[in-house]
Amino acid sequence: MEIKNEMQVEFMALSQNEAFARVVVGAFATQLNPTLDELSDIKTAVSEAVTNAIVHGYENNGGQVIVSAKLYENKIEIEIKDKGKGIENVAAAREPFFTTIPGEERSGMGFTVMESFMDDVYIESALKEGTIVRLTKTIDHKAKGE
Amino acid sequence: MLIKCKSKGSAVLVQLMGELDHHSAKEVKDQLELYLRDSNVKDLILDFEQLRFMDSSGIGVLIGRYNTLKKRNGQMAVVNVNKQVDKIMTISGLYRIIKKIS
Repeated sequence: MEIKNEMQVEFMALSQNEAFARVVVGAFATQLNPTLDELSDIKTAVSEAVTNAIVHGYENNGGQVIVSAKLYENKIEIEIKDKGKGIENVAAAREPFFTTIPGEERSGMGFTVMESFMDDVYIESALKEGTIVRLTKTIDHKAKGE
Repeated sequence: MLIKCKSKGSAVLVQLMGELDHHSAKEVKDQLELYLRDSNVKDLILDFEQLRFMDSSGIGVLIGRYNTLKKRNGQMAVVNVNKQVDKIMTISGLYRIIKKIS
């Protein structure tokens, strides 16, 4: 499939950049002419993945988060990448209410939210190397008859 | 995040204005706990009319306050929930413990 547009941003793993990241990706995604609901879905999923990178990947100790996105004819593919500690058990991390930081009011719903809001969530992780989360969503208004 | 509180009898009504994510979660948690510090407060109603965004960090904040109130047989409710926030509330099963008032 032909890439129509591509972007990448890199920022420090600071919680104030969570809003920045979702707004940047949201603004980029508007080129596909998504509905407001689709745009909300994308922003929410990005927020979850970036928060994971900051809280879990880097354990709130700094580092860089790289967010990139590719636009295809009717699809957006977003990658959120950190070079943090990695996920020990990816299958467990996907489970609802799974959290490695109990007692801190982390809900453990991050991946569940990403999976509910996007069409596909791909996770690639290696211990001490980092994690890549790839989120895909089809924005196809012709197929929906719009 | 801007937070405003009104109190009536044993109930407090709190307006959250802004975005509830991991960045703002601690501030919201601390402020809500401050409003609930008086053990005579039994019920918490959250007005989400100007809550523009919430992700799963908000789920933890809400469950935490629910647990505080449950210990004193209190209740929690939300009003004016937008579509995005509603989706998060639904997926997480929060409506099983927090009432939505329309």
